Formats: sequence, C-alpha cells, structure tokens
Amino acid sequence: MPITVPAYGKEAAGRLASMADVTADDGALRRFLHGLPGVDAVGLEARAATLGTRSIKTTAKAYAIDLSISMIDLTTLEGADTQGKVRALCAKGSNPDPTDRTAPKVAAICVYPDMVATAKEALRNGGAPEIHVASVATAFPAGRAALPVKLADTRDAVAAGADEIDMVIDRGAFLSGRYMAVFEEIKAVKEACARPDGSAAHLKVIFETGELQTYDNVRRVSWLAMLAGADFIKTSTGKVAVNATPPVTLLMLEAVRDFHAATGVQVGVKPAGGIRTTKDALKYLVMVNETLGEPWLTADWFRFGASSLLNDLLMQRQKLSTGRYSGPDYVTVD
Amino acid sequence: MTFDYAPAPESRAVVDIAPSYGLFIDGEFAPASDGKVFKTVSPSSEESLSEVAQASAEDVDRAVKAARKAFEKWSALPGAERAKYLFRIARIIQERSRELAVLESLDNGKPIRESRDADLPLVAAHFFYYAGWADKLDHAGYGPNPRPLGVAGQVIPWNFPLLMLAWKIAPALATGNTVVLKPAETTPLSALFFADICRQAGLPKGVVNILTGDGSTGAALVGHPDINKVAFTGSTEVGKAIARTVAGTDKRVTLELGGKAANIVFDDAPIDQAVEGIVNGIFFNQGHVCCAGSRLLVQESVQDELLEALKRRMRTLRVGDPLDKNTDVGAINSAEQLARITALADAGEAEGAERWAPDCELPGSGYWFAPTLFTGVTQAHRIAREEIFGPVLSVLTFRTPAEAVEKANNTPYGLSAGIWTEKGSRMLWMASKLRAGVIWSNTFNKFDPASPFGGYKESGFGREGGRHGLEAYLNV
Amino acid sequence: MSDRLSVLKTYKLYVGGKFPRSESGRVYEVTDSKDRWLANAPLASRKDARDAVVAARKAFGGWSGATAYNRGQILYRVAEMLEGRRDQFVAEVADAEGCSKAKAAAQVDAAIDRWVWYAGWSDKVAQIAGGANPVAGPYFNMSAPEPTGVVAVLAPQESSFLGLVSVVAPAIVTGNTVVVVAAQDAPLPALSLAEVLATSDLPGGVVNLLSGRTAELGAPLAAHQDVNAIDLAGADAGLAKDLETAAADNLKRVLRPGAVDWSAAPGTERLLSFLETKTVWHPMGV
Repeated sequence: MPITVPAYGKEAAGRLASMADVTADDGALRRFLHGLPGVDAVGLEARAATLGTRSIKTTAKAYAIDLSISMIDLTTLEGADTQGKVRALCAKGSNPDPTDRTAPKVAAICVYPDMVATAKEALRNGGAPEIHVASVATAFPAGRAALPVKLADTRDAVAAGADEIDMVIDRGAFLSGRYMAVFEEIKAVKEACARPDGSAAHLKVIFETGELQTYDNVRRVSWLAMLAGADFIKTSTGKVAVNATPPVTLLMLEAVRDFHAATGVQVGVKPAGGIRTTKDALKYLVMVNETLGEPWLTADWFRFGASSLLNDLLMQRQKLSTGRYSGPDYVTVD
Repeated sequence: MTFDYAPAPESRAVVDIAPSYGLFIDGEFAPASDGKVFKTVSPSSEESLSEVAQASAEDVDRAVKAARKAFEKWSALPGAERAKYLFRIARIIQERSRELAVLESLDNGKPIRESRDADLPLVAAHFFYYAGWADKLDHAGYGPNPRPLGVAGQVIPWNFPLLMLAWKIAPALATGNTVVLKPAETTPLSALFFADICRQAGLPKGVVNILTGDGSTGAALVGHPDINKVAFTGSTEVGKAIARTVAGTDKRVTLELGGKAANIVFDDAPIDQAVEGIVNGIFFNQGHVCCAGSRLLVQESVQDELLEALKRRMRTLRVGDPLDKNTDVGAINSAEQLARITALADAGEAEGAERWAPDCELPGSGYWFAPTLFTGVTQAHRIAREEIFGPVLSVLTFRTPAEAVEKANNTPYGLSAGIWTEKGSRMLWMASKLRAGVIWSNTFNKFDPASPFGGYKESGFGREGGRHGLEAYLNV
Repeated sequence: MSDRLSVLKTYKLYVGGKFPRSESGRVYEVTDSKDRWLANAPLASRKDARDAVVAARKAFGGWSGATAYNRGQILYRVAEMLEGRRDQFVAEVADAEGCSKAKAAAQVDAAIDRWVWYAGWSDKVAQIAGGANPVAGPYFNMSAPEPTGVVAVLAPQESSFLGLVSVVAPAIVTGNTVVVVAAQDAPLPALSLAEVLATSDLPGGVVNLLSGRTAELGAPLAAHQDVNAIDLAGADAGLAKDLETAAADNLKRVLRPGAVDWSAAPGTERLLSFLETKTVWHPMGV
C-alpha cells in the first residue's frame, strides 16, 4: 500500500497524476466509474444497520461524545442569517457548555460566503481562532449557476478568510452522464481555493446524495470527486428531503478506504443533515472506526454537518458527569 | 486515546435459571424415572448453569403415552382454536424474547446480538406463521381436510436450540399433531423455558412434552413403537442411523442434516457486500450452522482483491463474551466440538492448505476458536469435504461458471449455496444447476418462516418452513 | 339504580387516522330496533368520501409496502384490542340489530376470530395465489399477487359488525387500503371499530370509515377515478347495477352483492378479489 499523504498536501497531486489515464477524457472516466464494483443496496443497508447496533457505553461513550463535539461543523445556512446570529453561533462553538469549560470546541463554523468575515472576526475576538470557518459556495445549495459565478463565489469566500469551502456538484450534469463536466468543475473550484500565499482552503465536495438516488451513483461520484482532488467528500446540503443516512455514509467511507488503498491519498468524510442525536453520532463514529479506523477518527478527517446535534451531545455529556438526565433548559440556545 | 468499545454486557438478571429441572411430561415437571441428572454448562465460562434430568426409555414411553392421549382432543379441535393457542405462544415469546435471548446465549455461547436480533425474532415469527395455517389447511394444496399424523418424536441440535424447537413444534401443532421433543444434551434450557410458555398459553396437557437427555434418549424416542413421525435435525451420521431405525415401520421421517455449502463469488460481484455475505455465511453463530457457506469458491480474476478485503474485514470481528452486545463471534458450544474443529483445522494445515487467522485475544476459560481462513484448498482436502461446523472457511478458486457448478456440486451434501454476481441471468442459470435445497444470491444465511428450508442428497429430506413445511406433518 | 348521568359518546367519522365530523355538518338519528334514540351519527357527504379516498391513496404506498408479516401482526393486534372491548361491542351490536346479548356475543366472537383468520393470510396468500410457471424456454418465470389499490367497500346492511369485519379485513390484509361506508341504519359498531383500529398500530388511512346514506356515498366512490375496486356487499340490486355501471368508467374491479351467511367460514373469495397478478420473466444463462 502506498504511503499515506493528505488530500490537501502537495504530494497528493502527484498521486492523482498516477491515475491520469482514467480521467483523460469522458470515455475513459465513464469506463472507469462504471467499472467500479456494484453496490447491493440490501446488503449495504444491512451492514449499516448491524454497525448501528454497537453499544457504546461508559468510557467509550465519554470519549466518543467529546470526539463528536470536536468534529462538528456548527452550521447556520438560512436566508434569515444575520451577523448577530453568526456571532452567537461562533460563541456557542467556542464555548459549547458554559457550565463546563472542559467541553471541547467544535471543528468549524459553517456559514454562507457573506458571513465568513463576520465569523472569522467573532472567533478571533472570542479567543478561538483555531476554529475553522467553513463557507458553502458554488451557488449553494442548488449549484445552478454558471461556472464563472461559482468560481467567483468561491474566491470571494476564500478572500474573506474561509478555511474550508463546501462546494456542491452539478447533480444535473452527473445524472445526465456528463462526468467530465463535473470533474472539471471540481478541479476548477479546487484551484479557486488557492490563496495568494500558496496555501489553500480545504475543499469539501457535496454530492447531495438524496438527489443522486442510487448507491451505485454514490460510489461513482465519490471516486470522481476524489480523483478531481476533493479533500473531503460530503453527503448533503441539508436542504433536500433525504440527507445523510448511515448506508450512504458507509458507502462513502468504503470509497475513501478503497481510494486510499489505491493511491495512498487520505480523504475526509462529512455526513451532513439529519444527524440530531448523540445516538446517531455514535453510530457514525462506529462506522468510521470499523471501516477506516483510527487515522480517520479526528476532526481533520471526519466531520458532522449539524446544528442541533451539539446540544444533544452536551446533554448526554452532562448526564455522564452528573449521573442524572439533563434537559434543554441546561444547554444554551444560539 | 483510541476508540475502544467499553464492555457492554446484557444483564443476566433478566433470566432466572432454576438449580434443577425435571422432564416436562403431560403438563408437569417430573424427575427422570431412574433419578439420573446431568449438568448443562455455559460454554463461554464452563460455569454450571443448571442440572437437568436424563430421560430414560421409561420416561420416553410415559411422554409418548401422554402425547398419544392428548392427540385425540388436540387433533379434533377446530383449526381456528389451535391457531389461537399458537398465536398466544408467538406473542408470549415476543414478550419474553430478551429473557430467552440471554438464556440462549448463556447455554449455547452464541453472541447476544444474534440471539436477540436473529434467533428470537425468527422463533416468534415461526409460531406466528404456522398459527395462521392451522385453520387454513384446506387451502394448503393437500386436498380437503388433510389429517395429522399423530405423535411426533422430534430431536433437535444445539446450534439454534429454540429456533429448531420452533421449526419442529410450530408446524406439528398447527396441523394437529402432538409432540415429544428432545433438545440437545448441551443446550436443554430454552426448551424447558418453552414448557413454561406452554403453561402460560394454557396449552392442553400432553400436547407438548420435553425430554432432556443424551443420544440414548433420542434413540429411545426415535425407536418408540407408538410414534408416527420422526423429525430430526443434526448430523448426517445420526440421520442415517435414524433412517435405518425406522426402516420397515410406518413412521414418517424428515431429516435436516449436514452441509458443505459453496459460496460462489464472481468477478462482477458487489465486493463489499460479498465480503459481508462470506463473513455472515461462515462466522454467523461461530459457524455452527448446517447451511454455513464453508467453501468459498472465488473466481480467480478477483481472488486477490476479495481475499484482501475479507482478511481486512475479519480483523474487525470481535470474539468474546457472548453477553457483550458488541461481540460478533461467541464461544464454541462444547469441548467436544472444539476438539473436532481443532482436529479438522490441523488436518487442513497438514494437508498443505495455508492457514490464516486475525490476531485476536481469546478468553482464558471456556471453548474458543478464532475465525480462520484456509487458502490453497482443493476439493481433495478434508476441510473441503467434511463439515467442520465451526468458524473455519476453506477457499477454493474457479475460472468459469461451469467449473464453479461442478465444484459446488462435488459433495455428498446439498443443503445450500450462495451466488454473488450482479448479473441476473447468470445467477439464475447457476441456481438452476446447483444441487442444493436453498440458494442465496447476493445474500447468505437468510431464513424466514414463509420460506421452505431443507436439503438435497445427504443433507436430508423434507422441508421445514413455508407451505411446504406442512407436508411433513400431514397424512398426505 | 344510580343517579349518575352517563356521558354519551359523540360518534365521528374515521378518515386518515383522525376522527373528523362530517364536513357537511350533517348528522342523522340512529335508533335501535324499537325506535329508541341511540346517537346522532355523521351524515357523510361526497366531499367526505373524496377526502377519504385521498387518505386511502396516501396510505397505500406504506401499507402495501409493509412486509406481509407486519400486516399480519397488525391484524392480529386488532383482534387482541377487540377482545378487550368485547362487552362494548356486544352491547352495540345488540342495540344495532335488535338481537339478544347472546346472539350479539356470538357475532362479536366470530368477528374477533375473523380478524385472526385473515391475519394469518397475510404471508400465505402469495403461496396459494402465486408460484413458479414452467415456461418452455430458458426463463425464470414467477407470478405473485399484489394489492389492487384503493378499494371502496359498501358494508353489508344486514350485519353491522360481523359483516363489516368480513369485508374490511380481507381487503386490507393483502395491502389494499379501503374507504368503507358503514351499514346505513346501524353504523355505530362500525364507528366504534374505528377506535379499535386507531389503537392497533394500523397506519392512519388504511381504513377510512364513513357513516351516511349508502347510495349517496356509493355514487361518488363508484365514479371516482382514483378508486381501483369496489365491493358492493351493502348495495341492493338496483344500486349495485348503477354503481357497477359507473365503476366501468375506469374499469374498477367490482365484487357484486350476493346472499352471504356472514357467520359461515369465509373462504378465500373476498381475499382474492382485490389482487392483481404480476408475472416476472428473467432469462437464465451464463
């Protein structure tokens, strides 16, 4: 197996170049993606369900809860967002449980591009500059804009200080079989993530798996995005009827595992939307643990796109430390 | 810090095991006529769980008489009334399922995840299904008003104690027979708890009789002149002995015996799911499954990829305390069985196959065997021919579908087979060529009360489950 | 005798798992055989029928997609819940039909057992109505029954409870959803059955119950383009002809009325009436 390199590192580009033959043209890419092993839906769902029966208790639960908190991309993506709302969210992410300073900080604050500067400033002023600011971009959530608009959207967010960009793919192009168009668009956005100093914002690629419908499509798009240079692959925008599900996430974890085995490039995974309870979060961590293992059990390589999940984790955390069940009045609402 | 799952034991407090149990005959518990008893131990700890009676030939006779006496009224009952008894039993099993799951894991050694999520739901479903047939026998395709056989002598194995009881008792009772059932020597407890469920359901006395004991009890039951039907699940060797015993009598027989199933993986298979299916096929219930996919036939073009994925997956199997909710592979059921598995695995090595097992720490007491894989196996190896009945997988290869069929069928057994391919026409072609009673495609070890189960060739005859399962208990 | 004044029940329709009054605001007086007032039942309208069809259609996907085992368990649960309210139904049936308590009890017991009978059919009907077909060629060929869809049921007039159960259970056990018009002059046992159904894990909308004039409700149901079948058990000969004629417009499956002894063993006729047979071909070859 090749030596592991992070997707966002300089070496990764070289590894991807070794796969250049499969992305040489539309036909080659299509043959490669359609040559991937099929996914049996029933079997995949059964495996995800079985992993969901793992029982995480006591010390393991305490560990997993703190790990989950540290993996959250605390998100607000509403038309009604204001600077005040974003500042409050930053405060919450920096200090999730005011009654217990040992609670870890979240991984990132996820906002629309026009709120990036506000979030950066709030985190800096709040003494938590290590929390990343992630910005959705590329005409999120539908992605229905011309490429130059999407790239401008991306550059704008990066210029405002975004550490991470969550782009959406063109699902229409993917579903109509124009894989190369999707591939080229991801590559272009990745380039737009570059900063003048030579560093770059990390790129998460959102598939909107609820719209892609089939598991075969999810496996194909996972490979497509990783071949195009995605640092993270992400399930959903949270804006459609079906968002992250355990089987879809498991399948993406398997794709990341196989891509890593083939290229040595480590790619992260972010399920987003619909993950609201500690129980849910723990099921996802179990899937990561038993599919990818220890190297992925960090906020660098696994994230939860969520908002209400945080308070449930905090209530469970309080339960573990006090022995009694907490209630929504004992966590802050921001 | 790593993400190690802390112990998550299921509570033992949910089940109350008495220090000793008698035989359940004519609705009452009674000691054996000669007072003999034996201990049943937990295979994961070697702890003695209880003492049960060793039924003698005299006890067998008493139980058969009780069943004979009960038969008259039970068989004359309207089907709708028999149905309601069976529905009651199904519901009580559902209500008491956690207790029974813990009991099963204690006495058998199987992981609680399986006894809780597989065995017990299937047990309840089986009673529910056959309850529904009791008043519909006229519609079952066996002509109008098909009649029961009489008293059924039933002998079941230790691998799925309560599930095999359900497979035997539910169709027998639904069709109007009465039964004398002998659970396996090493796993008698859940059958004795089932006797209590019969009491709660108000089942008439003598309809179900439970005799604990060893092989001699089973032989006495099978040989009893006043039983009309023998139903046996267990080894092919004992099955043949039973077939000889009943020769020349009017006794009807169904036998569900051993297997050496081929699990066939083509190069276009959904690989991740195939790996799960292989794991489930051979490591489910520690491989103590007659239809286990114990021979993996993999197409040579995908062999390396598949085996690497399989080994990776096997490294994540959690072997240990059956009552821990996170255990995937539990204890081997007995010292005797462990010795047999060990001997066959050693033979595999001696005959030149390559042995591999993941690093896994096995508990100090109890009977354990790590999940094991043999590569470089040929049809000539003992581990490719003999049923190991343990967590040991023999890997063979093939090049073409015809070769896969030839190898898969090259066994005296014919219970089950698996086919992994994304191509439907090939799957169906394979299924039509395989000489086995159950064919799973892109899945394995699936059971349902509506689906008939049983073997070709030396895997036995007769079917259990589904509409077909009624035939074994009807005079048709 | 106690001075306590009893609390009377307001009888309502049962549509989509909820208990609405008729949108028309109408009620009609229901009396016992001696013409004593029992209750005011909703006099459902065409619009109530329309709403009920919408609810039944909405429930069809989930109910027909549930496993047969699950449907069987739910029908059995109905029997369990009914057994617990046996006395209530005995009293209602005795009032509705003017029969003795003993005769009413026999009907209620038979109705409970009928739920059990049909519960057992859920995972067996395909085994008697479907199967492998040995076609002359290299094909796998299998037929299996599937539910027809939304079934309008005009419940029998002469048997307000046993008759009702005998027409509802066979339609739903196979996965159909139903809009039922209760016996016109004796709708109360049917409306009370809704309370049992609502507490038996039966998804809302699988059974929708309307009380009112059979002819008034039958007409829009028979003509409705989103109803797939109609059971005319509760229609007289003249009405049945009209409704069957209307039903022809979208080729509804029609079960004609006939003399039925509702206390006799039901057989499989009703069970098999609202099924479509689907046959699947697939080549077999390497």
